[in-house]
Amino acid sequence: MFAKYALSAATAISLIAAGNASAETITIATVNNGDMIRMQGLTDDFTEKTGHDVEWVTLEENVLRQRVTTDITTKGGQFDIMTIGMYETPIWGKNGWLVPLDDLPAEYDADDILPAMRGGLSVDGTLYAAPFYGESSMIMYRTDLMEKAGLEMPDAPTWEFVAEAARAMTDKDNGIYGICLRGKAGWGENMAFLTATANAFGARWFDENWQAQFDQPEWKETLEFYVNLMNDAGPPGASNNGFNENLSLFQQGKCGMWIDATVAASFVTNPNDSTVADKVGFALAPDTGKGKRGNWLWAWALGIPAGTQKTDAAKEFIQWATSKEYIELVAAKEGWANVPPGARTSLYEDPNYKDVPFARMTLESILSADPTNPTVDPVPYVGIQFAAIPEFAGIAGQVGQEFAAALAGQQSVDEALAKAQALTTDEMEAAGY
Amino acid sequence: MARAITSQRKALNTALAWGVGLLIFFPILWTILTSFKTEAQAISDPPVFLFFDWTLENYSVVQERSDYGRFLWNSIIIAGGSTILGIIIAVPAAWSMAFVPSKRTKDILLWMLSTKMLPAVGVLYPIYLLFIKLGLLDTKIGLVIVLMLINLPIIVWMLYTYFKEIPGEILEAARMDGATLREEVLYILTPMAIPGIASTLLLNVILAWNEAFWTLNLTAATAAPLTAFIASYSSPEGLFYAKLSAASTMAIAPILILGWFSQKQLVSGLTFGAVK
Repeated sequence: MFAKYALSAATAISLIAAGNASAETITIATVNNGDMIRMQGLTDDFTEKTGHDVEWVTLEENVLRQRVTTDITTKGGQFDIMTIGMYETPIWGKNGWLVPLDDLPAEYDADDILPAMRGGLSVDGTLYAAPFYGESSMIMYRTDLMEKAGLEMPDAPTWEFVAEAARAMTDKDNGIYGICLRGKAGWGENMAFLTATANAFGARWFDENWQAQFDQPEWKETLEFYVNLMNDAGPPGASNNGFNENLSLFQQGKCGMWIDATVAASFVTNPNDSTVADKVGFALAPDTGKGKRGNWLWAWALGIPAGTQKTDAAKEFIQWATSKEYIELVAAKEGWANVPPGARTSLYEDPNYKDVPFARMTLESILSADPTNPTVDPVPYVGIQFAAIPEFAGIAGQVGQEFAAALAGQQSVDEALAKAQALTTDEMEAAGY
Repeated sequence: MARAITSQRKALNTALAWGVGLLIFFPILWTILTSFKTEAQAISDPPVFLFFDWTLENYSVVQERSDYGRFLWNSIIIAGGSTILGIIIAVPAAWSMAFVPSKRTKDILLWMLSTKMLPAVGVLYPIYLLFIKLGLLDTKIGLVIVLMLINLPIIVWMLYTYFKEIPGEILEAARMDGATLREEVLYILTPMAIPGIASTLLLNVILAWNEAFWTLNLTAATAAPLTAFIASYSSPEGLFYAKLSAASTMAIAPILILGWFSQKQLVSGLTFGAVK
């Protein structure tokens, strides 16, 4: 203990001696994803450059969301930076709960942030959180199994092809399932996937008058297609599978295809963890010929709560963590495959990054995602795998339960949709839409 | 013959008890085993049970990334402090309910218990706002108070049941001999109720140690106990089950060891009221 105090005292003295009297300790709330773990490991670089110390509060995703929401709505001031997503940022920004990031210096080059990311994290053109890493969704497939099935994956497949390939690749006796998709209930789990996929089938959550649309044929088509495909070619117990469960199955060589976050590409191609690292190909999320693909858009972004007393130090941290220099720092220390993807245009222009096998498909997926115009028909909301309104998380959580029950065979697709329609209508009416 | 049946039945009972015990312990055992695997082995299917390359790597990674000592210290202060504070308040309360009951004593006991029926999240915002006003957010003293309050009904109830077993005549005799109220509670009642108080103490330390709603929601960097330490290893995008298991093992180890050593106290205390 004494050594620690002595060390921090010594640091403080040396900083004062260096003329940096404004050194502060900022508290950052975040999740335990690989890129964040790397960021924590590199914090010394930030402290060296600015003199500010960093305290990390790492929490489980749902706990984090509840924790930071409580703090920001009560102006508790416990955190100086929060890791939030594309769902919270526009809502919180509009409520004035976040410090606008419109005065970042020129050398930060905010224009370099991928336009889709910037758009999703802004309100009326003002950036409220800077993307640390971004993702879309795409198909990851086993090249060897595809070849064995006598098929060839196009760069931009249709759902019809994906379903055909999934059924052809399935070999249940040997524990190989043609397709692994999310089934676990939750607005960020099965509903993220199904909401995005529904866009490709021309379905939407609400019409322009905020009327729930689960009674429309497009939703029925989506859900029936999904349930039938999973019954024929999905792993057993799929209604319990989320991102991590499917990642585990895919790495064990049990999935022919997996449609999920682009960030998974670096995991499934990592030979230390994945048994199929050298047999993975990538393709865009499938469509149905209606002009929309079910690829979502998400960013893990850093935002500053309006209650903090340390805005300047917090801004310095965000500039450091989301800068081009940070990407170079990670590349130098951990290799190009481990840099935080999907945030900056310049990364994809870097010749070093072009060799990374999943770089091109990740970029194409992100670029083709359009949160303001997510599906075939016009909608009143922003967001591809969610609708950016405060009520969405609660409603989609309940709808997710119904859809998971349909996948598990506990109720029919029609029953699930009827319940989803009724509960969404009730909740939206109660919320005053 | 009769003898043979008895010993057979005994053996069966023993086997059954072991079976149930192992079944209950299995998830903890699995966590401990997983903490010694590599990440790839942790998720392998079929799962590996004992025959894998045992590694301490997860522990060294966890040690390197988190300040375990600080989380542990916070847990000790919060669990210990809230329990001791609770006992100090509950002993006189339980004394008065057990030995000088009024018409309303039963109602009060039930009413106290009813505070446990509300889901904790229902009072999250009021408590959070109070904590902001009082400057208690992310402090150990704040958590000591909250955990004491949520466990107080259980402490009072347990002590009340133990005190009820003690004949009132003994206390009366002490009073006749001129003992003051303070002396009566401190020198006569408390020593007689030691087994009961000890098991109440232990149970509440365990409850407070494992409490994972308030300890996560009212702390940030300074006062976070081991529950936050575990939570920091759960990942929405990435498989870190081996590291998560190592963190969990480190978090439960102290309380597991405490439970092991005080097993006798705990069991005799918990069954004290039931088998007179």
